[in-house]
Amino acid sequence: MLNQYKFEDEPELRDLFITVDDPESHITAIETFITYRVVTKTSRGEFDSSEYEVRRRYQDFLWLKRRLEEAHPTLIIPPLPEKFIMKGMVERFSDEFIETRRKALHKFLNRIAEHPTLTFNEDFKIFLTAQAWELSSHKKQGPGLFSRMGQTVRAVASSVRGGGVKNRPDMFTDINDYMETFNQKINLLDKISQRIYKEERGYYCEMKEYGPIHTLWCASEEDLVDSLKGVASCIDKCCKATENRMAGLSENLLPVLHEYILYSEVLTGVLKRRDQIQAELDSKVDALSNKKAEKDLPTEEIGNLEDKVECANNALKADWDRWKQNMQHDMKTAFLSVAENNIHYYEQCLATWESFLTCQTVDLHLGEDSEEKP
Amino acid sequence: MERPEAEPLGASHSCQTGEAEPGTGPAEEEPGGAAAGTMMEDCLSKKIEITVSEAEKRTGRNAMNMQETYTAYLIETRAVESQTEGQCSPPDSLWRRYSEFELLRNYLLVNYPHIVVPPLPEKRAEFVWHKLSADNMDPDFVERRRIGLENFLIRVASHPIICQDKIFYSFLTQEGGWKEMVNETGFQLKADSRLKALNATFRVKNPDKRFTELKHYSDELQSVISHLLRVRARVADRLYGVYKVHGNYGRVFSEWSAIEKEMGDGLQSAGHHMDVYAGSIDDILEEEEHYADQLKEYLFYAEALRAVCRKHELMQYDLEIAAQDLASKKQQCEELATGTLRTFSLKGMTSKLFGQETPEQREGKIKVLEEQIHEGEEQLKSKNVESREFVKSAWTDIERFKEQKNHDLKEALISYAVMQISMCKKVGFASDG
Repeated sequence: MLNQYKFEDEPELRDLFITVDDPESHITAIETFITYRVVTKTSRGEFDSSEYEVRRRYQDFLWLKRRLEEAHPTLIIPPLPEKFIMKGMVERFSDEFIETRRKALHKFLNRIAEHPTLTFNEDFKIFLTAQAWELSSHKKQGPGLFSRMGQTVRAVASSVRGGGVKNRPDMFTDINDYMETFNQKINLLDKISQRIYKEERGYYCEMKEYGPIHTLWCASEEDLVDSLKGVASCIDKCCKATENRMAGLSENLLPVLHEYILYSEVLTGVLKRRDQIQAELDSKVDALSNKKAEKDLPTEEIGNLEDKVECANNALKADWDRWKQNMQHDMKTAFLSVAENNIHYYEQCLATWESFLTCQTVDLHLGEDSEEKP
Repeated sequence: MERPEAEPLGASHSCQTGEAEPGTGPAEEEPGGAAAGTMMEDCLSKKIEITVSEAEKRTGRNAMNMQETYTAYLIETRAVESQTEGQCSPPDSLWRRYSEFELLRNYLLVNYPHIVVPPLPEKRAEFVWHKLSADNMDPDFVERRRIGLENFLIRVASHPIICQDKIFYSFLTQEGGWKEMVNETGFQLKADSRLKALNATFRVKNPDKRFTELKHYSDELQSVISHLLRVRARVADRLYGVYKVHGNYGRVFSEWSAIEKEMGDGLQSAGHHMDVYAGSIDDILEEEEHYADQLKEYLFYAEALRAVCRKHELMQYDLEIAAQDLASKKQQCEELATGTLRTFSLKGMTSKLFGQETPEQREGKIKVLEEQIHEGEEQLKSKNVESREFVKSAWTDIERFKEQKNHDLKEALISYAVMQISMCKKVGFASDG
């Protein structure tokens, strides 16, 4: 439980604490689904109470994410865990799957809570506080997705027709290029880390068989019992240490890498939306330059659009800087913790074998009286 | 002369004994003099230093005049005194191939059946994990075999009895004509047939209990060491995987650092550490192969123990057959003398059918039998003596072997711990920036 609070910066300034836990299965005539308990503790004035407990299902999180994207198209909304896992081996409702998802959902909400803008989003507040029926009715209100979708489709169409966005500031092209490489590398790191986990697990399994053989051997060797038992015990301890090492990897590194893989998609979406906003402006400007007659009418519209573009760009730039800082911090922390884990693992093994050796050499010296030495 | 380390596998891998020549075997282990009666100082290993210093690929023509490739090993011998005087006289040397070692060992097995003859390193690579080559020509395999062959020679030279064998000495010193000399001893004819041995194993009635126990022990030893080596190989495989996959981080970190301004250095440094980490496993596992070889030696020693047990069974069976034979002849004699027929015999039947023998015939038969009985009694006596001596000397050697084994295996386990410790220490600085 401690890990859930191990987030960055100024815990003293935080006034919103969220946990996601207690997955529960619900079976109805139509479907089976899981709900998670979302507990919120806050000292903020705009919340009527200081503590809330609600149950949410994955759909609800999806809804929240979409609302945030609509409200803040050029902010970097944290990623949600995937709807399905393509691994094939993982059953939809296996414990492992649910736990991984729970942790990711917890991360999702906390990232929003830490975001300077998103944390004050109204839908977010409703998500945290509304009872199930309240949330359902709220979801039904508000601009449907479809109207928005119409807009977006037109915008996308126009931008594609134009052959991509001209006038895109270099900064955003740089971000795009960066994300391409970053995405590549993160995917590789994820693959490598998963592979390491697999190998460590394989090692663990073999070591589990390896130790007991030495104990078995004791049965036929009276004089070697101490040494053999000692070796068996050392191997068993190292085996246990390997288990811890694996746990560290799966708790500290793999989820982080996975989240940043998902972030790539998020960033792509954000850049696209920014491009669309710019495309709106550009198309209007083009239209204007073609219809020289109606100069004055669209000026206000264009002014608005120009503001919109500037806002969007600034928001994205600020959020991008913030995102990069977080990413560096998260990566560093993750890899450092794995490294520390590994060092700890080796220290444990070292201590185990050294203590065995001390026992053995003591015995050797005691038994060496009759041996000749050159 | 530059040489890689070559101590007998019995000596602790990292133990600084400071001895000029190895020979941890029987020479130091036996408190009271062996019944074999040799003084420790007479062991060949105390007089000459033996090394197998080089291995070379050769091509030649075999018995069927076909081209073949094989490896030859250089055996060097040097008198111990010449070293202590501070001079370094050049050693005597000759080349031998693995098959000649096998010939030597077979010779020793036949001529010293009461001795637990040291085993040779394996003929083919077994308990191989994926990175290790199973190819006999692979340089790592050849190198480990070289060490194993040296260990074999030193063990033989350290054994109070077989170190005195002339054929062994010639093996070390006489380049040409050795093979002919061995074959001329005719030892192959002396060898017991496999079938005979198998037969004896199943039919012997009163084997010495100690040998029966020894046989069980050697079966258990073989079984447990095989199991251990198999699993160890799998562990090594996985360990290799863990280390090497970490190496993949290196390249990715490096490429990633190219797009990161602030994190760049940290990533580069982390990548470097990963590379170092991944690279360290090769030496670690190579060292562990030596540990595996130490265990393998005792795996093969189990077979040598069984050989001694088999010889005992054969002798015992022989003895029992001879005694049985004698007993039945005595009975026949008695029956003829007293005229009673207690057992069914073809002679009895035919004489019943075709008439009795004459007294003269009977006398003749009895005389023959009495002579045979006398011969038989002499033979039985000498066989008994032979058997008792065999058991006595075999058991002495087995006790010697047991002490050697306990010492060596304990040291092997310790050296394994030392290896693990050094492996852990190597990782001291593999932290990410």
